[in-house]
Amino acid sequence: MEALIAIILGTLTACGVYLILRARTFPVVLGLTFLSYAVNLFLLIMGRLTVGKPPIILEGITDYADPLPQALVLTAIVIGFAMTAFVIVLALKAYVRLGNDHVDGTHKL
Amino acid sequence: MNLLLIALTPFVGAVLAATVSRLGRLYAALAAGTVASLALIQLLPLANGVFAGETLIQRLVWLPSVGLDVVFRLDGLGLLFALLILGIGLLIILYARYYLSERDDMGRFYAYLLLFMGSMLGIALSENIIQLLIFWELTSLSSFLLISYWQDRHESRSGARMALAVTGGGGLALLGGFLILGDIVGSYELSIILASGDIIREHSMYLPMLILVLLGAFTKSAQFPFHFWLPNAMAAPTPVSAYLHSATMVKAGVFLLARLFPALSGTPEWFWIVSMTGLATLLIAAFIAFFKHDLKGLLAYSTISHLGLITLLFGIGTPMAAVAGVFHIINHAIFKASLFMAAGIIDHETGTRDMRRLRGLWKYMPHTAMLAMVASASMAGVPLFNGFLSKEMFFAETLHVIGVPWGWLLPAGATLAGVFAVAYSLRFIHSVFFSGTPVDLPKTPHEPPRWMKVPVEILAALCLLVGIFPALMVEPILVVAAAGVLQGPVPEHDLAIWHGFNTALFMSMAALMGGVLMYLVRRPLSQAYGRLGDRLELKKLYNQFIKILFHYASVATRFFDTHSLQRMLLVFTLFILMLGVGGFQNGDVTMTGEREMLPIDGISLLVTLMLVVAAVGTVFVHQRRLVALILMGAVGLGVVLVFVKFSAPDLALTQLSVEVVTMVLLLLALYFLPQRSPVESSQARKSRDAVIAIAAGGGVAALTWAVLTRPHRTIADYFLANSVSGGGGTNVVNVILVDFRGYDTLGEITVLAIAGLGIYAMLDQLQLTGSNRDVKGRLWSKDMHPAIMASLTRLLLPLALLVSMYILLRGHNMPGGGFIAGLISAVALIMQYLANGVSWTRKRLPANEHTMISYGLLIATLTGLASWFFGYPFLTSTFSHIHWPLVGEFELASAMAFDLGVYLVVVGATLLIIINLGLMHSRSPHSSARKHIRKWKH
Repeated sequence: MEALIAIILGTLTACGVYLILRARTFPVVLGLTFLSYAVNLFLLIMGRLTVGKPPIILEGITDYADPLPQALVLTAIVIGFAMTAFVIVLALKAYVRLGNDHVDGTHKL
Repeated sequence: MNLLLIALTPFVGAVLAATVSRLGRLYAALAAGTVASLALIQLLPLANGVFAGETLIQRLVWLPSVGLDVVFRLDGLGLLFALLILGIGLLIILYARYYLSERDDMGRFYAYLLLFMGSMLGIALSENIIQLLIFWELTSLSSFLLISYWQDRHESRSGARMALAVTGGGGLALLGGFLILGDIVGSYELSIILASGDIIREHSMYLPMLILVLLGAFTKSAQFPFHFWLPNAMAAPTPVSAYLHSATMVKAGVFLLARLFPALSGTPEWFWIVSMTGLATLLIAAFIAFFKHDLKGLLAYSTISHLGLITLLFGIGTPMAAVAGVFHIINHAIFKASLFMAAGIIDHETGTRDMRRLRGLWKYMPHTAMLAMVASASMAGVPLFNGFLSKEMFFAETLHVIGVPWGWLLPAGATLAGVFAVAYSLRFIHSVFFSGTPVDLPKTPHEPPRWMKVPVEILAALCLLVGIFPALMVEPILVVAAAGVLQGPVPEHDLAIWHGFNTALFMSMAALMGGVLMYLVRRPLSQAYGRLGDRLELKKLYNQFIKILFHYASVATRFFDTHSLQRMLLVFTLFILMLGVGGFQNGDVTMTGEREMLPIDGISLLVTLMLVVAAVGTVFVHQRRLVALILMGAVGLGVVLVFVKFSAPDLALTQLSVEVVTMVLLLLALYFLPQRSPVESSQARKSRDAVIAIAAGGGVAALTWAVLTRPHRTIADYFLANSVSGGGGTNVVNVILVDFRGYDTLGEITVLAIAGLGIYAMLDQLQLTGSNRDVKGRLWSKDMHPAIMASLTRLLLPLALLVSMYILLRGHNMPGGGFIAGLISAVALIMQYLANGVSWTRKRLPANEHTMISYGLLIATLTGLASWFFGYPFLTSTFSHIHWPLVGEFELASAMAFDLGVYLVVVGATLLIIINLGLMHSRSPHSSARKHIRKWKH
């Protein structure tokens, strides 16, 4: 199972990095979203992999998944959404003002 | 918590003054006066205790773990300053009401003034030095607003900027000094610091700390060579100058010297640095003052010089010198405030402040002239006026250091400065009110309105009363204030006017005669000064310094910023890769740890495969943006499944709803953007990027593997153990969010709110035309709101909202909570907008997202504040179980109110973002054209 997670995280990161190196704003936003998926998963697995033990206290059960990374990731997801929204609107504004959607606001020849 | 209330009253009052000014301009003055009186009334009952020798300390627990509490302190020194700030503040409020013209916005003026007043009170009443520093910076900020009050004038803006740069820079130095001081003593509280003088003086960090603290004090009190900001701050309205440069702003620096006197003074370093800076300031500024042609310029340099005098007194370091310093703080505040107000009256009634044109005003305004003469006599140190008493004490104190090598400099310099002071005071009176007739004045001068003179009259009367009956008028407050400075017994002193024929008296006489003489030969002196130019004023030096700073800043920026995001991201990624490779090479070399691994099952394998295919697919088709977006949505759903698998139901729910909102958002944005990315990169570049991307991905995979196969120690046991007993909830993740780490969550929803508002601001006035055809050139469907979808979503809305309420309420015990419920509600509402159109939905759901966000933040913050009122730290939660009919046992936690705040912010911010993005379309000319076509068809 650990290997699968490593593959998932590696793929998400590689795709994210490739996309943020593109020259247009939209792929860069997609790349950032990929990277936030990877970062959120990475944070979560800092508590190691636990199957079927959600951190919801029940009588008689003492073994739970680590709740702390989960709490961190929960807010990170929401903030990540706010960031994505901010960046895409910034991209829109740049597109309107500059007439193109190049990340540097210029067409390079 | 009286002291907290006193310090907060002006801040609340500032909002009040700004609000009521809408009803009429004079209401603002009335409100400001009421607020200042209210603070004064709260202060007076506490004064009895201080006069009995007590030090009042009031504490609100804030961050006890790092030694930071909100602590206020009232001792003699604090009381004296609070009285000066509020008393003179009240007079300024009355004066400004007549000074400001019809065009000036009174609400803004009084709001700034009260902000400033509150910040000053905070400095005077703080026990914790970090808290003191916060108020210190607030005075820098609010004085910036006050000095730049006439924003349309260039000199107001540049003067305010200079004041902020100098005092703000000093504030940074002070922060450094305070941190070292706190480190030396082990506490940030004054009571402990003031009692640890010996430890501080012997510490190896004493000198760096002293220099940093003194930088803060000297910049604030405009000591040489930082004095240049003060004359430039004269661009402020005169009531502001009268307030800032008599009793408050610049006094904050000497207040700090007085406050830390027992802890820092008594070393040669203190003596030389402080007294020589004071002496240099005293002499240079008094000298320049004599040659200024601007009334306020003269007073500004005189202020700097008197601050130098006070600094010099504290620098001498004897208890008696400290008493004299406190006494001069009082006297200077009284006579300088009245002089500035008199100068303001002259400016107001004649239209100019140029002393070359102002002549013979005695004929036009004898009453004002009388008042100005009283205050000037005090400034010059003429017997029977209050300035004389403290100046005489000052002269006597400079004589005590005559034994030190070079010690004769002090009495000699003091006498010379006395000569200058007499000379410029004489010039102020003689040239303005006598010596000929006015030259070409813009207005014919006359006496000002009756009430404009009242504050000046009160202060002039005080100059005389203190000067003639010092023991009666000032002795009690002087003794407690000096005791506050010294933190011990006050030395024997005699506030009599006549001490016999001693050296100090001869120095006074010499100063008086020398001053008259200097004034008589002013013409040749003035010519000589003209040749010197404004070199001593250092303004040019400052401007040059700023220019150099800007030059190097832009050089550095150009060096780092290559104006290419791609190149910078490339460098960034390569750098991170290097760090990663370095990390793998050093230290623990085995990739795989000894932790037992989980078996692989078929479904997990399938999900992994799907995720990898979707992710790689996104990259391959990224030029076809819509397809790429859809594929990325699949990746997001895959991530949700990973969360589900590894015991994180809250995360799965959050990710799922965020995924929906993000898709809607990106689809909306894509509608306005080009549908395809052009092929631009060369094959070589693509290959290079692919190599880097694969290296980065490989690194992350290796890191993940290495982490996952090693055992881990968690710090979460505390949360698991205390979740039910301490937080009253069984869903530990939610309890952490709203209870254990509630403060973080408060910060996070604030960020969310700011992001929402930022997006709103960016979209304001933005017009975009989306295409009405898809990539292949086919027209979009004309049916914008399909009937089936529209009616279905309407039916679903109450259900969806019900679900979100359920998720919100159960969040404390089961997966759910404010974030998830907020997102579900937002999705449900967004569905209405999508299916029925913005205008249709707006008509039926007239909710204002801004209000919703602010209420959310308000509720969350109030929940935190409420725990203060029960004596617990910020955001402590409480809970109890109640039994509801039908529902059964139900638990009510204060954290749920907090979660409600979270919910409102999430709903508000999400809707704000999406709806405004959608509205951009209806604003665009294209859409109105389409409407037009449709109308025409019908």
